[in-house]
Amino acid sequence: MYSRVYKTAVTIPPLAWVTIFLLIPYAILFCYSFWSVSSLQVIVHNWNLQNYTQLFRNPLYLTVLLRSIRIAGAVTLLALLLGYPLAYYLSFHAAKRKDLLYQLVIIPLWASYLVRGYAWKTILGSDGVLNGFLQYLHITHRPVEFFLYSPFAVILTLTHIYTPFTFLPIYASLEHVPRNLVEASHDLGTPPFSTFLRVILPLSLPGILAGATFAFVLTLGDFLAPLLVGGSSGIMISNIVVSLFGAAYNWPLGAAISLCMLLLVVALLSATERLEKRFTIS
Amino acid sequence: MNAAASPASAQRVAGNALLSIRNVEKQFAGRPVLCGISLDVASGEFLTILGESGSGKTTLLRLIAGFEQLDGGEIWMAGERLDQTPAYRRQVNTVFQSYAIFPHLSVFDNVAYGLRAKAVPRGEIPTRVTQALAMVKMSEFAQSAPSRLSGGQQQRVALARALVNRPRVLLLDEPLSALDANLRRQMQIELKSLQREVGITFIFVTHDQEEAMALSDRIALLRAGRLEQVAEPREIYGHPATAYAAQFIGQTNLLRAEVRDGIATAGPISWPANGPSGAATFSLRPESIRLSSASHAVDAAGVTAHFHGRIQNQTFGGAMDLLEIDCGNSHLVRARISSPGPLAGPQDFEFSASDAVRVRDGGG
Repeated sequence: MYSRVYKTAVTIPPLAWVTIFLLIPYAILFCYSFWSVSSLQVIVHNWNLQNYTQLFRNPLYLTVLLRSIRIAGAVTLLALLLGYPLAYYLSFHAAKRKDLLYQLVIIPLWASYLVRGYAWKTILGSDGVLNGFLQYLHITHRPVEFFLYSPFAVILTLTHIYTPFTFLPIYASLEHVPRNLVEASHDLGTPPFSTFLRVILPLSLPGILAGATFAFVLTLGDFLAPLLVGGSSGIMISNIVVSLFGAAYNWPLGAAISLCMLLLVVALLSATERLEKRFTIS
Repeated sequence: MNAAASPASAQRVAGNALLSIRNVEKQFAGRPVLCGISLDVASGEFLTILGESGSGKTTLLRLIAGFEQLDGGEIWMAGERLDQTPAYRRQVNTVFQSYAIFPHLSVFDNVAYGLRAKAVPRGEIPTRVTQALAMVKMSEFAQSAPSRLSGGQQQRVALARALVNRPRVLLLDEPLSALDANLRRQMQIELKSLQREVGITFIFVTHDQEEAMALSDRIALLRAGRLEQVAEPREIYGHPATAYAAQFIGQTNLLRAEVRDGIATAGPISWPANGPSGAATFSLRPESIRLSSASHAVDAAGVTAHFHGRIQNQTFGGAMDLLEIDCGNSHLVRARISSPGPLAGPQDFEFSASDAVRVRDGGG
């Protein structure tokens, strides 16, 4: 048994941290979302629902929100399509190359997010590596402009950045699939691909869900990639929040959007967590 | 087990074997695990592969199942090369040591798994699954999740899941080793009667010699990747071929004797023995030794050997006591004698000369 003093001592620091840096800021944000900005560019504390009604009436916000969800969905799908086969290969077939390949997947995670963003900028730009290469091969004669500053560029960049985050939980769940279940499936007359569909895939669902959640939530809240490679057509919801808290100076509206995003993400997380629990088998 | 069936089973093997293992070799990372294994298994036979851990018994089973590839030799089943068939096309099913029940499927779906993979008509599946579950007395758990089952229940599901496919050979990899002693004995009896009922060839792997003797039609004793002896339990117990077989299956006294002119002498004990002269090893089971009244070195009739010794230790064992007898010159002999009450000091013992079985002594 631990003493009360000990229990208090270990509980207080994280509790204080969460309160000061999470709960209080959220409470402030919550208050702001019901205030408004006067014509003199002053935030006035008159409680109203104006920000929320504006959010749902102004098509701009909904358009950008839907685009953010679409981009996040695309990144999630691509990250799964890239991450799952890689994780499967590593876990089941890589044998001696396993450790090396695992390191190769993990190492990019240590490189700065910004560096990777800028790298894509130099690859996709009109004077970039990709255009230079295409012209060298005489596939194109002029630089292709739509590579950079488009939702495509955002999806590409974020897929590159977040695929390892999707790979890791999938790999972990595949590593937990007992190998004798695969043998049992073969033993019962099921060929390898059916065995994958009937045993390995269902048992790796918790990892797929966790990996998809990572990619989706991280992409949904991303604002640097759209800033670097997105252009005006690649703007995402976080860019709007940033500008509302900055140049546009409309903190109340920014707070309202932030809270809506927060609710969306929390709902998503609790839904996937519940699903993960359902598919996790002890 | 059943002496009447033994000549028949021997004949079946000599005739048309269902499963024929020929000169099988297997290495792991250059280390030989199985060397020149040849073994025929008859249809409907209960064969036990018995051996210590590391003897290669599980590897042999995995080769038959198709989870490992041969490094040499062949495995044939009913006139076809089994070792070149992928595991999922072999008419062989396995009961795994750890059961390997699919955790994401109900008991019913676990048992139906193999039927769904094959061309079994859809309408037939529920009937066969229900029958298989009834056979292992698990009908009421059909819709349960495997995580809610005890080890013994999972064991039954694993058995039903394998048997429902009506394999030609059922492989069992130490299926009872995870069960406690009582359940284990009960499952041994059920397993044996189940095997008689379904008539499927069972190849059963165990390290437990008592289990092997209780269940098997024949025992294949494996030692460090080589077959030591393949025989019926009574034969392997009564006439062990090697010193290792004698010691591994049951308890024994190994007498290292010198044979001359038809008389074997091991220290103070001597008895009539056939075979060539020279150094030889004999196995004498403790229960072959009796208390005797008269003391002669060799009986006039030449069938009973007598010796004299001091009781060093007596362990009460219910019906039978275990005696440790010091025959002098540090010759220690163990005897199992129908509880005689407390004994002490010097006594006379006897045994039938034919109970001292000459064995090959391969060292170790």
